[in-house]
Amino acid sequence: MKKILLMGNPNVGKSAFFSRLTGVEVITSNYPGTTVEYTRGYALIAGEKYEVLDVPGTYTLEPTCKAEEIAREMLKEAVSRMVGEADIVINIVDATNLERNLYLTLELLERPLPVIVALNLWDEARHHGIEIDVEKLKEWLRVPVVPTVAVTGEGFIGLNTEIYKAYAPRVRPHSAEERLLDVGKLVKDVQTIHYRRHTLRDRLEELTVHQLTGLPIALLVMVAAFFVIRQIGEGLIGYLLDPAFENFYTPLLMKLSGWLGGAGFWHDLLVGHLIASKVDYLQSFGLLSTAIYIEIGAVLPYIIAFYLVLGILEDSGYLPRLAVLMDNLLHRIGLHGFAIVPTLLAFGCNVPGIMATRILESRRERFIAATLISIGVPCAALQAMIIGVLGKHGGGPIAIVYAALFGSWFILGFILNRLLPGFSPELLLEIPPYRLPPLRLLFKKLWWRVKAFLKEALPIVMLGVLAVDLLYLAGVFNLLIGLFAPVMRGLLGLPKEAVTAIIIGFLRKDVAVGLLLPLGLSVKQLIVGCVVLSMFFPCVATFVVLCRELGWRDMLKSTAIMIAAALAAGGLLNLVL
Amino acid sequence: MAKKMIVSLAEMRVGEGGLVAGFAAGRGAAHRFVALGIRVGRPITKKSRGLFGGPVIVQAGGTQIGLGRGMARKVMVEVER
Repeated sequence: MKKILLMGNPNVGKSAFFSRLTGVEVITSNYPGTTVEYTRGYALIAGEKYEVLDVPGTYTLEPTCKAEEIAREMLKEAVSRMVGEADIVINIVDATNLERNLYLTLELLERPLPVIVALNLWDEARHHGIEIDVEKLKEWLRVPVVPTVAVTGEGFIGLNTEIYKAYAPRVRPHSAEERLLDVGKLVKDVQTIHYRRHTLRDRLEELTVHQLTGLPIALLVMVAAFFVIRQIGEGLIGYLLDPAFENFYTPLLMKLSGWLGGAGFWHDLLVGHLIASKVDYLQSFGLLSTAIYIEIGAVLPYIIAFYLVLGILEDSGYLPRLAVLMDNLLHRIGLHGFAIVPTLLAFGCNVPGIMATRILESRRERFIAATLISIGVPCAALQAMIIGVLGKHGGGPIAIVYAALFGSWFILGFILNRLLPGFSPELLLEIPPYRLPPLRLLFKKLWWRVKAFLKEALPIVMLGVLAVDLLYLAGVFNLLIGLFAPVMRGLLGLPKEAVTAIIIGFLRKDVAVGLLLPLGLSVKQLIVGCVVLSMFFPCVATFVVLCRELGWRDMLKSTAIMIAAALAAGGLLNLVL
Repeated sequence: MAKKMIVSLAEMRVGEGGLVAGFAAGRGAAHRFVALGIRVGRPITKKSRGLFGGPVIVQAGGTQIGLGRGMARKVMVEVER
């Protein structure tokens, strides 16, 4: 099968382009030998099937020789290797920013590969008063040039007819200076810019990064995001999932329970213990009751809500601005502004969050970011359960949990920044203009993420509940409970049975919080329990990525820090509250 | 009378424009500036400065770019004052 490579600068609408070109069937995978992720899909063009690879955005193909830019290096290595195997490159160019984008184009033309140039964001360029002479550009580059609007699909028919006509131009290798000179001449020749008025969008762009208005707006955005997520989550639970469980699933389970005789090994494993001769979804702890309910009934609604809001923040272009605004704060803990991106991702699930720390340049930064994420950033599943457990006691206890986590995150970062050798690099990043997130792409991405969550979380939750039941039956818990009871009671003020929750927290944190419920804890104990569970030890999936990203030695270091921090924070809360 | 002088991005005033004069940086950093669209001889405008030594934002070509203070000190700009 022939391969098409999509290449271009970051923020040129490449994902929208990819999604327009390919169908629904998309796979994210690691490129052999590297850890850079790319997305793969298939396109049917003029009856022929093509494999389409979405290469991570890059400004140039030239390697820079700086040790701390490993991440950059990996990306480039992957790019140059991919280029060697491709059949056609579609170079996606931001038509509103020809001058910067054409540098990569000229580099690509020097490779022995058929290239097609797509002038994407064509509508935006028109809107900005930018006029590009496509015919002249074609003559200059000697390859097909097609204006496109990936979001609406404009220009894609033209693009498809060019694909099988594409050929490799023969261009001698140039030096960087020569290319820059060429770009300058070229742009002067093909582009005219007309005068344009200040628009509302320009105003908004200025206000959201201004030294006085930027931070208050950021705070407002975050608070609004939190409330929208909670509203959608609660709405889905109250109007859709709870009634569905109540009216359809519970009768089904009760029928199964009756059929199994209401008690016994298999009954307790599948349906769980009946409480007041009824299934209690949070306390019965059966595979078909609690396991299913926690994931589908309690956590899934918040996963949907979270990824919807995150998708809007990502695709609107707000995140780079947030990175600039947060730069100062993050410098205090040895990171720079861009670390806000993995941190926000981790609020959905720590696994992709920690994987995204790869975008940070130095090993030191990655260690700090990954450790802080595992300690201070609760994933959506955990948050859903914390809200579920503490919600009935009002907003105060929830606020205390979040404040404790944020406090630990910051204090620990501050300490790590002082203790670890080395320094943190500086922020340097492009801030793309605000754009309305294309709905099609937004929902497609939401669907991928929700599907990935169900595929990965559900089996582990089942396993977690199974482990609880079997270990409970085997009496292992009693042994461990006896062993750790002094720490639990003396330091944290929790009943010794809470040991079970901590151990299960290694498998799934949401299930672990659920285990606190049958213990009949006071509000204070619930707060301490939630904080300790969040900070103590990452779940097994996070554990695996931590090991992969940091190596086992740093992972152990990171874990030791977590345990110490969790005990310190929990002990302190127990004393203060 | 306005006269030409060379200052770094960090020292530029918000709203001020000029032409990029050069980079007080090694090859690696200079390369990253060029890739992002900050190129010698091309116009650049300072859009905002961060609070308490936070990053500055500039407009270069069609792009807005955020630079930490240390980075901003490495980009030299010819302005008229």
